[in-house]
Amino acid sequence: MDFNDTPEEAAYRAKARSWLEANAPKRQGRDEEDPAGLKDAKAWQLKKAAAGYSCITWPKEWGGVGGANWQAQVFAQEESNYPTPGNPFQIGLGMCVPTIMTSGNEADKQRFVGPAMRGEEIWCQLFSEPSGGSDVAAARTRAVRAPDGSGDWIINGQKVWTSGAQFSDFGILVTRTDPDVPKHKGLTMFWVDMHDAAIDVRPIHQMSGASGFNEVYFTDLRVKDSQRVGAVGDGWRVSLVTLMNERNAIGGGASYHRQVMDLASSIATLAGSGIKDAALREKVADWYVQAEGLRLTRLRTQTALSRGQTPGPEASIGKVVTAPLMQDVANTAVELEDQFGIIVDPALAPLSAMFQATLMSAPGMRIAGGTDEILKNIIAERVLGLPQDVRVDKDVAFKDIPTGR
Amino acid sequence: MNFDFSDDQKFLKNEARRFLEGRCPTSKVRAVLDDPAKSYDADLWKEVAGQGWLGTAIPEAYGGLGLGHLELCVIAEELGRALAPIPFASTVYFLAEALLLAGSEAQKQAWLPKIAAGEVIGCFASVERPGVLTEAQVQAKVEGGKLSGTKLPVTDGDIADVAVVLAREGGRLSLFLVELGGAGVARETLQTLDPTRGVAKLTFSGAAAERLGEAGEGLALAEALLERAAVLLAFEQVGGADRALEMAKGYAIERYAFGRPIGSYQAIKHKLADIYVKNELARSSAYYGAWALETGASELPLAAASARVSASEAYWNAAKENLQTHGGIGFTWQMDCHLFYRRAQQLGLVAGGAKAWKERLVQQLERRNAA
Repeated sequence: MDFNDTPEEAAYRAKARSWLEANAPKRQGRDEEDPAGLKDAKAWQLKKAAAGYSCITWPKEWGGVGGANWQAQVFAQEESNYPTPGNPFQIGLGMCVPTIMTSGNEADKQRFVGPAMRGEEIWCQLFSEPSGGSDVAAARTRAVRAPDGSGDWIINGQKVWTSGAQFSDFGILVTRTDPDVPKHKGLTMFWVDMHDAAIDVRPIHQMSGASGFNEVYFTDLRVKDSQRVGAVGDGWRVSLVTLMNERNAIGGGASYHRQVMDLASSIATLAGSGIKDAALREKVADWYVQAEGLRLTRLRTQTALSRGQTPGPEASIGKVVTAPLMQDVANTAVELEDQFGIIVDPALAPLSAMFQATLMSAPGMRIAGGTDEILKNIIAERVLGLPQDVRVDKDVAFKDIPTGR
Repeated sequence: MNFDFSDDQKFLKNEARRFLEGRCPTSKVRAVLDDPAKSYDADLWKEVAGQGWLGTAIPEAYGGLGLGHLELCVIAEELGRALAPIPFASTVYFLAEALLLAGSEAQKQAWLPKIAAGEVIGCFASVERPGVLTEAQVQAKVEGGKLSGTKLPVTDGDIADVAVVLAREGGRLSLFLVELGGAGVARETLQTLDPTRGVAKLTFSGAAAERLGEAGEGLALAEALLERAAVLLAFEQVGGADRALEMAKGYAIERYAFGRPIGSYQAIKHKLADIYVKNELARSSAYYGAWALETGASELPLAAASARVSASEAYWNAAKENLQTHGGIGFTWQMDCHLFYRRAQQLGLVAGGAKAWKERLVQQLERRNAA
């Protein structure tokens, strides 16, 4: 056991570090929601692509570097030390474009991979629907052949929780092409031009007050058959590739035990200083053990990558630990502030109302990218090998599946 | 980045697993459980000594294998997994570690080769009454090299040849080595939650005691010893927790209720997924403790506390939920679920409970935050 880099890792890290020192911004800019911030993000992505630091693991034939996973990880670690612009490319480069590379046709690969890698075009993922969040295969957005015999498709329906739709150029879209067969068999994937007038993007006003996601409406959107990604009816298999990438991409966060300890030291309880409260101390230990266990589990994953091995299933536990942890930390800290805890004004609330903000964003963390419950099902079925639940929607035509309304 | 065991260490672990699967099936554990006169498996103890495992981290100069604590950790995991009913922890994690930590050259030469050869069983006698180990707990006294007082519970105290004893001398706490075969020692076997391990009450009335380490350093040494043991015990706990999970998983797949495997119900799936997550976090923290122990890193106190808390809670969770997954059959004597349920308690208490270790952990964090 040794936490230091191998000579090869150290050499790559040194190279990345000196490139970043020469090229990375030194001051925090605006985020990608802001047009100027988006422009900065695109410029930064182009710079990285030109230097071989974008899509490090992608094959050379598509303009990637053909590098190893550990190189991508080392670069990401080093990049995180700089106030680089927001990353609106993550969904495209992490999920959508890999899907095109795996299942798209030759012309699409030639057309899309390069511009995405250079940050010239941004992608979003159009999967979840009001009637299917956890149950993605229940998609109802309909795609039917145009009656004119052109082979084109006409798409109608609604997607929801689409990150970045407001500034995306393209999206990958799961549609229902055949409601007369069981649900997993009647899906087909397309790519769509987000600038098409038949697509309407509306921001979702979240309970936290922010608007990071959108609803996307399709009204008689016409797409070419050549925009199909994979075969007709093969959309579920194609989207599994995308979802797998998503679950790997969404990790964890910090535990904030330090901030809670500092806060507790400055607050009085009936037992004296808050930090002397036995129940709080026990919670701090619990949080620390979980956050530290997760940090160390990531080091195990990193070790597997560094050895050129596939990480074990332990890589999948991040979000199911972090999200409920953050909610508990936030709730405990707010409770520690007692009556004052109700105040969300950053000028008045301790630590600029950080814990109040976390309290209000935590429910989203427990849901986005797979709910706690879905993630536990995945661990139980894919890691532990437990049998699937009994499915009442299997071997039933999609149109005959009960919907509850 | 290399945060994993080496191929050689993994090979050793696989060898240990194979060996214990052959020599220590649960029927051997039950043989100790069911026989009130038996408090360990003497044959297994000899065989384990024959493998050289007792001397894994003992330098070659003292008759050991001269490997390291990482190798000892992988063996510990397999012993925990097998529920091995032998005084390995008492002899190796406590007696041998105490000698390595504080022993004089003469003491090391006298005892370490015997430990490595399996000729000596050790134990650690610290507490005397309910509650966490504090200075006020300790009333046992040494005067003129003679120890008097009572220690309980002492794991493996009924079979040990020599004890590391925490006692007062001149008003200050020190550690002492006491041979238990000599005059002035009375032992009484105690009934415990886990009868697969022996526990005794030791009563000393003028037993010969030889100081181990500096005078007055008893409590600090005891705590340093507990930190080292906590890491090694965490591996036993992780081994047991993983096996309890495998048992629950196997049963959830084969047991049908309402026409389908109970493992297809989300109530069972989520329970088992929770066990898996806790076990993996505990394993990662145990690895970190192993690194800190092996390298003598200044992170050891925090890493040991973290490993101890995580492993104690993971094992308890895995053991109780494995039993619950089995339903009624899990509550019977004939089913092995209670072996894990008992051992989780034994290992969770033997070096101090999780609650006290959480307090130690927070004190370490306070120290770090202040630095």
